[in-house]
Amino acid sequence: MSNAVGAITPAILAASRISKSFNDVPVLFSVDFDVKRGEVHAIIGENGAGKSTLIKILSGIEQPTSGTVVLDGQPVALPPNGEAESLGIVLIHQELNLAEHLTVADSIFLGREIRRFGFLDVARMRDKARDILETLHVRVDPDARINTLSVADKQMVEIAKAISRDARVLIMDEPTAVLSAGETQTLFEQIRRLTERGVAVIFISHKLDEIMELAQRVTVLRDGQLIATVSTTALTPDSAAQMMVGRELTNLYPPKREPDIDAPVLLSVRGLVAPGARDISFELRQGEILGFSGLIGSGRTAVAEAIVGLTQRTGGEIEVKGKPVHFTRVAQSVAAGLAYMTKDRKGKGLLLNMGLQPNLTLLTLKKHLKAGFLDSASEARALERAVRRFDIRARDPSVAVGRLSGGNQQKLMLGKTMESEPDIIIMDEPTRGIDVGTKQQIYHIIAALAAEGKAIIVISSEMQEVIGLSHRVVVMREGRMAGLLEGAEITEAEIMRYAAGIKQSGNDERLSA
Amino acid sequence: MSASAPDIAAKPKKGFRLELKTVGPLVALLLLVILGISLNENFLTYNNLTNVLARSSFIGIIAIGATFVITSGGLDLSVGSMAAVIAGIMIIVMNSLIPSLGIGVGVVLVGMGAGLLIGGAAGVGNGLMITRGRIEAFIVTLGTMGIFRSLVTFLADGGTLSLNFQVADVYRPVYYDGLFGVPWPIIVFALVAIGGEIVMRRTAFGRYCAAIGSNEQVARYSSINVDNVRLFTYILQGVLVAVAVLLYVPRLGSASSTTGVLWELEAIAAVIIGGTTLKGGYGRIWGTVVGVVILGLIGNILNLQSFISPYLNGAFQGVIIILAVLLQRGRRAS
Repeated sequence: MSNAVGAITPAILAASRISKSFNDVPVLFSVDFDVKRGEVHAIIGENGAGKSTLIKILSGIEQPTSGTVVLDGQPVALPPNGEAESLGIVLIHQELNLAEHLTVADSIFLGREIRRFGFLDVARMRDKARDILETLHVRVDPDARINTLSVADKQMVEIAKAISRDARVLIMDEPTAVLSAGETQTLFEQIRRLTERGVAVIFISHKLDEIMELAQRVTVLRDGQLIATVSTTALTPDSAAQMMVGRELTNLYPPKREPDIDAPVLLSVRGLVAPGARDISFELRQGEILGFSGLIGSGRTAVAEAIVGLTQRTGGEIEVKGKPVHFTRVAQSVAAGLAYMTKDRKGKGLLLNMGLQPNLTLLTLKKHLKAGFLDSASEARALERAVRRFDIRARDPSVAVGRLSGGNQQKLMLGKTMESEPDIIIMDEPTRGIDVGTKQQIYHIIAALAAEGKAIIVISSEMQEVIGLSHRVVVMREGRMAGLLEGAEITEAEIMRYAAGIKQSGNDERLSA
Repeated sequence: MSASAPDIAAKPKKGFRLELKTVGPLVALLLLVILGISLNENFLTYNNLTNVLARSSFIGIIAIGATFVITSGGLDLSVGSMAAVIAGIMIIVMNSLIPSLGIGVGVVLVGMGAGLLIGGAAGVGNGLMITRGRIEAFIVTLGTMGIFRSLVTFLADGGTLSLNFQVADVYRPVYYDGLFGVPWPIIVFALVAIGGEIVMRRTAFGRYCAAIGSNEQVARYSSINVDNVRLFTYILQGVLVAVAVLLYVPRLGSASSTTGVLWELEAIAAVIIGGTTLKGGYGRIWGTVVGVVILGLIGNILNLQSFISPYLNGAFQGVIIILAVLLQRGRRAS
């Protein structure tokens, strides 16, 4: 698959026909990958394409189900738990792994401290840390505590740590996701310095412009398959976007039914400002499905949580069914007929140690009171209805919900949300981590709800899902609305252009309308 | 049209094993009773058993409040000191009202009312600092534990606060008398236990306690007013401490800096032995009742036999607590 770029130099680290399954669910299919001395090799792909799994295998954190990892031409079994660092392979995680209370010097030498007569040689570690930081042109005090540093500086400390370990292969998982443009440029300078010294860099990013700037080669993954490995010079942002998402839509999605032209606006948001989101304006009509697309961390969830009162908005106006509202508690939004279904099933959605029934009725427990006491027969009837309506499959309803499959958990959460009989439903990642059969069921449920006259917002990181379901699509980028797409504009490439910042919002007049 | 999602994860569990774990505390209680019978023929006498239960009922009533606090993921270390303060202030109030109200039921009733009021107020204080002040329950109640303890020492001027003898005579029956031969403390304990079990199982409040203790975020996202539910558990705890004190004061008619020492640990121990999870999310009142009785019986059996020194009472209680937690871990791992 690889072309002639750097063909003279042999690969330092390579993956040969790597496959990986988690609990019989395959996530990587026979992927080939290699990185050469002094090269930046980028990996791109949609969420869930298998990028993270691939780099975890390359750094020894995960073992491949089949296939081999080749280091310096020799097949190796990389030891887990970051021990591959001793072989010169260093992974810098997306969420940085630094102990917040240690100093910079402590962090750089953590686990391989310099000792003298059995005691830590603090002075020498500090000096060596300063040397390394200077070679990187990083202005960070070796005695500063990690928790006083900016995210960018923390990243520099991670890089310094990698260098102090004589890293030959540096793997970075979305290092720029949390950086400003200026910080990104500083990071890129560091990466170039490292490659000049012969370090090989594997770089995951969603931002195509950055990849075009930094990488020599790009590998595209989609659904765990290797799509292509190409030279950056042979790539355009458009062709990359096409390769990342290029898939025909099948009848996975139900046919779209346009909402009536005169359907009333149920939810109207104007100029919303909230933690993680700014200048959000949109309208949602009865019977409409509005998609929210964008990269992870682009502020989609922040918008939803501010609307229902989970976080407090600092500006803007919200109207529900024509009435101005300002929810400060979720109970108020539920009472107004607006329900939010979290994307975090396990952390925020379900009580994993409890059975189906208490989970289903938790949001609406007051409905099941009889003379002040819980009526378990009424709860049981609700569960029976939900099991039938959403096809929840559990052999024993008293089984702890944590033991259900992701798909059944998701359906239960859908049932829980619908128990409040909302008119407006915000579904955050309604099909995350569930099998395709259940996905299809949920898509049909969503479409049926819209056809019944519910107004629905679907937040999703899967572009096909947004496209397959939505009548209109909001694309978010860095806390703002990058674009609002309608009709034929709703294509994967177009969404990707807005989400990755290749195209800025050119339709301001429609956004503010 | 739709593919199915067969639920391989939800295999039915072996019901019998789960049963055994659920009734674990009951089995332990049964073993203790058999041990007691075989060691001393006086064990199974009516007098002995009512005596044990009446003494246990103070801890028992407090432990029922603690079950709600712990189920919702909280902790209240202040209950022992709180009991001492309530007892002390009740005695002061009653003694000082004798000139105006005379000796009689009226004084006792006012004293009881004052006790309940102080208990509720102490609970409000703990609860507000924990929920509105966002301070760890452990820290808040460790602090109030010290404050209450030193307050009662101060009120008693380092000595003992004694209830006026004549008022104590009026009040005495509340501990020593009973209904159909069952002492009042046992009756009150039983009523509080039944009420607690109903509240825990059959009201939205009980369900919310378990939900918050299981996962506060899920509770918040499910539109539960987490702070208010938490606050109410501490108020309930305070009021139940006061109820226990109402029954305790007529027993000795006095309060001092040693009143209620270590009650908080006994109450928490009883809750844990009963199968409530210390980190919250699952609680059962009847388990706590069994836990209280187990702790009471250990002391009683040690007193009734002559092989082992009764001074080892604490050691045996400690072993039981650790065993109970081991059993809990087994339940979670299954």
